[in-house]
Amino acid sequence: MMNKILLIAEMDVQTWTYILVGITFTLYIGIAIWSRAGSTKEFYVAGGGVSPLANGMATAADWMSAASFISMAGIISFAGYDGAVYLMGWTGGYVLLALLLAPYLRKFGKFTVPDFIGDRYYSKTARIVAVFCALLVSFTYVAGQMRGVGIVFSRFLEVDINTGVIIGMLIVLFYAVLGGMKGITYTQVAQYCVLIFAFMVPAIFISIQMTGNPIPQLGFGSELSDGSGTFLLDKLDGLSTQLGFAEYTEGSKSMIDVFAITLALMVGTAGLPHVIVRFFTVKRVKDARKSAGIALLLIVILYATAPAVAAFARTNLIETVSNQPYANVPDWFKKWEETKLISFIDKNSDGKIQYVADDAFLKGDDGKFDFAKPNLKTKNELYVDRDIMVLANPEIAKLPNWVIALVAAGGLAAALSTAAGLLLVISSSVSHDLIKKIIKPSISEKGELVAARLSAVGAVCVAGYFGINPPGFVAAVVALAFGLAAASFFPAIILGIFYKRMNKEGAIAGMVVGIVSMLLYMMKYKLGWFDEELPSKSEWWFGISPEGFGTIAMILNFIVSITIMKFTKAPPQEVQDLVENIRIPSGAGEATH
Amino acid sequence: MKPKTDPKGYWRANIKYVLILLAIWFVVSYGAGIVFKDELNTIKIGGFKLGFWFAQQGAMYVFVVLIFVYVKLMNNLDKKFGYDE
Repeated sequence: MMNKILLIAEMDVQTWTYILVGITFTLYIGIAIWSRAGSTKEFYVAGGGVSPLANGMATAADWMSAASFISMAGIISFAGYDGAVYLMGWTGGYVLLALLLAPYLRKFGKFTVPDFIGDRYYSKTARIVAVFCALLVSFTYVAGQMRGVGIVFSRFLEVDINTGVIIGMLIVLFYAVLGGMKGITYTQVAQYCVLIFAFMVPAIFISIQMTGNPIPQLGFGSELSDGSGTFLLDKLDGLSTQLGFAEYTEGSKSMIDVFAITLALMVGTAGLPHVIVRFFTVKRVKDARKSAGIALLLIVILYATAPAVAAFARTNLIETVSNQPYANVPDWFKKWEETKLISFIDKNSDGKIQYVADDAFLKGDDGKFDFAKPNLKTKNELYVDRDIMVLANPEIAKLPNWVIALVAAGGLAAALSTAAGLLLVISSSVSHDLIKKIIKPSISEKGELVAARLSAVGAVCVAGYFGINPPGFVAAVVALAFGLAAASFFPAIILGIFYKRMNKEGAIAGMVVGIVSMLLYMMKYKLGWFDEELPSKSEWWFGISPEGFGTIAMILNFIVSITIMKFTKAPPQEVQDLVENIRIPSGAGEATH
Repeated sequence: MKPKTDPKGYWRANIKYVLILLAIWFVVSYGAGIVFKDELNTIKIGGFKLGFWFAQQGAMYVFVVLIFVYVKLMNNLDKKFGYDE
């Protein structure tokens, strides 16, 4: 007995990781076998009878990706106040979703977002434009998820990133192809539990260590427990300005850009097809409203903890490394140095780490930092990858090995659940919107189910390919998926519900102008395709970054839609009746063809 | 026998609720968290500057409350107009 306890205490991180990841993966596969889909309705909308609680949990897991779990706290800890664009942007969208979209789309009661656009705007062209937008948004997003799966595997299980991507592909393939929406829904419920537990445990430990308060959201605003009587945030503001960074609680982006990015992310969230489609799976309109509330509550548990983790980790990092002799750095520093997530170069040869503002290294031709080329214009000697703030946090705070392993299982749950949701949107866009509704309407129910499964297989392979060979621009455009969703779907759906007179000419023109202007701005100011080099920030329109341009593109979409509509004829009576009908909550029935 | 329905009245009441709730949504995030952040930052609650707190904590809590208030209001409205299921 004694020996066993000793054994558990001494088990290393890798063994723990294999055990926890193994258990969670077995669970996901078990759920997939239990809940496999037998009809297209089960495949597309889980049969339409999911409870609001289960749907809320599934939506939360669907929504929180590897980026939310691994990268967000890190981004905030380097951006300080500016990180609020993600916090407010990725939660405020749910208010729009609950009040303006979810109840009406549920009442409409079809399978996909292009279904709504196609029927409401009585046009195959509108449907095709919507399918194109859905595929564009989902593919930019899913490639990042597969890469995330690979990175988590490679860091914690010491396998090659590509092997990690392939393992992830096989798991997702198994439960998305077998279970469709039904399988995904119930695995996402399990994945939510895993990821929230994995995120909260280290956060609570660290909050207790630093401030003595077990609730991170309160510890964030408390005094440090070192007896100095200083508030954590005051300390952090002081350290930041002392080292030449912007004051932590002030940030450095312009107000108009913060405003535009937040709005683009909010509206984009409300327009993302893989989120919207989750609300087709509940029974009644009132369940759709309620599950939006539950989803946001469950998301905010993580999102309100992330900025606290960010502030703790930032303070910890500065105190551990700044002006300390390199010879004395802790083990985690060396370990992450091997994976190139931390890099140190002693520019003034004093043996100590000078950590101040500006990039310590110059960028190579591939746009990544080249650790052989120190940037001699600055005294900064340290590069720290943002992802380290969550990944290495348990080690920095000296937490037990099982907590470190838990973070790996949580990161995988977050990446897999989002990837599965996106793959389902891609496969239903192809099998339902393209094959059933446009190319071959005579296809049988059985044939459509086979087509749905085959498209899921195809989508997994394409996503895996991009995960293994990420084109340079994928990482840069993932954040812009929101801008694309904001510029295309959001205005078309809102006008479709709230403006009975809106017709197909207006909606199609609006979507096309919105998405094209977003793509062009992105190519010019984010990817630099039109000029010799990337244009500088001073050339941005109204000082708005490509991430925030979704707001402008959305406004353009609204203006174009309404102007064109004024000059073209009103939609037919049956469409106007349809709009009247979706405004009334009762009689939603079950989602049908 | 179903009660007499009034879809226009129902829709008007719904729009009124949505506009009020979205006004609050806008004020706590874009107002308190962004535009008036600097003014609010002169007020401190515990270790938090108030504008910073709204941007990184408060706005999110209000969002959650707003959706549940909407759920409650609409459930009552559904009952009142006989659209309850």
